[in-house]
Amino acid sequence: MNALNIKGLTKVYKGGTRALNGINLEVKQGDFFALLGPNGAGKSTTIGIISSLVNKTSGSADIFEYSLDAQPVEAKSCIGLVPQEFNFNQFETLTQIVVNQAGYYGVPRNVAKERAEKYLKQLDLWEKRNQPARNLSGGMKRRLMIARALMHEPRMLILDEPTAGVDIEIRRSMWTFLKEINEQGITIILTTHYLEEAEMLCRNIAIIDKGVIVQNTSMKSLLATLNIETFIFDLAGEHQNIALSGFEYRLLDVHTLEVDVAKEESLNNVFEQLSSQQIQVLSMRNKSNRLEELFVRLVESGRAELANSEQKKKELANG
Amino acid sequence: MGNRTMIALQTLWIKECTRFLRIWIQTLVPPAITMSLYFVIFGNLIGSRIGQMGGFSYMEFIVPGLIMMAVITNSYSNVSSSFYSAKFQHNIEELLVAPIPNWVIIAGFVGGGVARAILIGIIVTCVSMLFVDISLHSIPIIIITLLLTSILFATAGLINAIFAKSFDDISVVPTFVLTPLTYLGGVFYSLTLLPEFWQWVSKINPIVYMVNGFRYGFLGVSDVDYMYSLGLLVVFNVVLLGFAYSLINRGVGIRS
Repeated sequence: MNALNIKGLTKVYKGGTRALNGINLEVKQGDFFALLGPNGAGKSTTIGIISSLVNKTSGSADIFEYSLDAQPVEAKSCIGLVPQEFNFNQFETLTQIVVNQAGYYGVPRNVAKERAEKYLKQLDLWEKRNQPARNLSGGMKRRLMIARALMHEPRMLILDEPTAGVDIEIRRSMWTFLKEINEQGITIILTTHYLEEAEMLCRNIAIIDKGVIVQNTSMKSLLATLNIETFIFDLAGEHQNIALSGFEYRLLDVHTLEVDVAKEESLNNVFEQLSSQQIQVLSMRNKSNRLEELFVRLVESGRAELANSEQKKKELANG
Repeated sequence: MGNRTMIALQTLWIKECTRFLRIWIQTLVPPAITMSLYFVIFGNLIGSRIGQMGGFSYMEFIVPGLIMMAVITNSYSNVSSSFYSAKFQHNIEELLVAPIPNWVIIAGFVGGGVARAILIGIIVTCVSMLFVDISLHSIPIIIITLLLTSILFATAGLINAIFAKSFDDISVVPTFVLTPLTYLGGVFYSLTLLPEFWQWVSKINPIVYMVNGFRYGFLGVSDVDYMYSLGLLVVFNVVLLGFAYSLINRGVGIRS
């Protein structure tokens, strides 16, 4: 069963901005799905339409086979939304915020209080439960939004930039938590600017740009299309001349070597050649995130195609 | 109405009541102080020189109008500020993403405004009892007029907040429309004191009917037929509630 089934979704804002251009998208039940795209690509509009915050121009969206148009109550009940901006009442306490949210979904108050304890504890917010939300740090506010979204125990959780602006320690603990709830069967749709996050968490991915889905595949097969990876080696001692046969490489400074490694080549070969020159490697890392490279490449090629087709249209129009 | 819908409505209503009770110094105390000053200045100091009006002491005459004035301003400002703040802070989205029928959103916010208006009405009535013995001609008419008026102005406040794009927009109507209409709505005088032309002009002002309907409930006297007042209140309520429902349904001011 699909958790989300979008067909021909189009959104044209007042003033004529076309944010979505008839996109089709399917997310399987239980998936951990990444929806990526540059700023203004249409991610937030897509999420806005799914969560009923934005009116669509045309197309359809089904949530667990419930039509958002024909069965909005059933469809909305399946969704938990963690928006990008803090949108809770800053003057209310954490307990009030989460218990009220459960109430809007028809959860009785006594059940809501039990769930408030469960989720505030799971997200390390229980100690702050009687404090107004404005007293929380940025990371705590992000976790509060996740707790609030889970209060009605949705089947699908949509997270729009959930870790924006939080430190790496909290980000990692949030990743662990999200992985756990996904393993319990909750479908998760994630948008993020941290591509490392998407690569680490998500099984499937769609990349959207200028209101069009430019790629929709599994994370594994997308990453497999990457032919060359660039590695940075931190070297012990100072080195002016290094020779590596069969590899493109650059000496960034006397301690740092950058090497391009094709998919069919082995890193062992690099290590062997460095070792034979008495060069000791202290550490090694990817130059950039693998997904980041693909993302930039896909978005750029999509834009180039769009520019070409517009150019052709102009040429045809001019005869 | 399903149990889920009932829980949602109850939650929103409790949240709205908690909001104005949490800031009671801003919401409950000022009307009590303002009305005390009205009673002292207009009732005691000036009123004692005016003599009788409509067969009652001036103080007795102005009590229903002053209660109504507080009810009108508080029901309006409660909903306009609460709904606009929810829009401004984006926490209106908590309601929009939830499976709540649109009428529940209206009923929750308007219900909060009505609760504050009734509480203020009780407070002002208690304050007025320190200055004058209050007579009650018809309790049902007092209750019906109070409810219909507070629902009407709470709905008007909601419509104002739906269209508002800044905090200035929610203060324009109370300052430039509501206050003048209330002061010219027969709170402090009987319409019979006015020349015929100005009596006719006053009867265009809807607040005249609310003040007089309420006064009839307390004193049994009114410048206009109280049944006509109640009828008008019902019509105004139906029109404004229908308009508010249509706006929320279309997502005006709340959905892009």
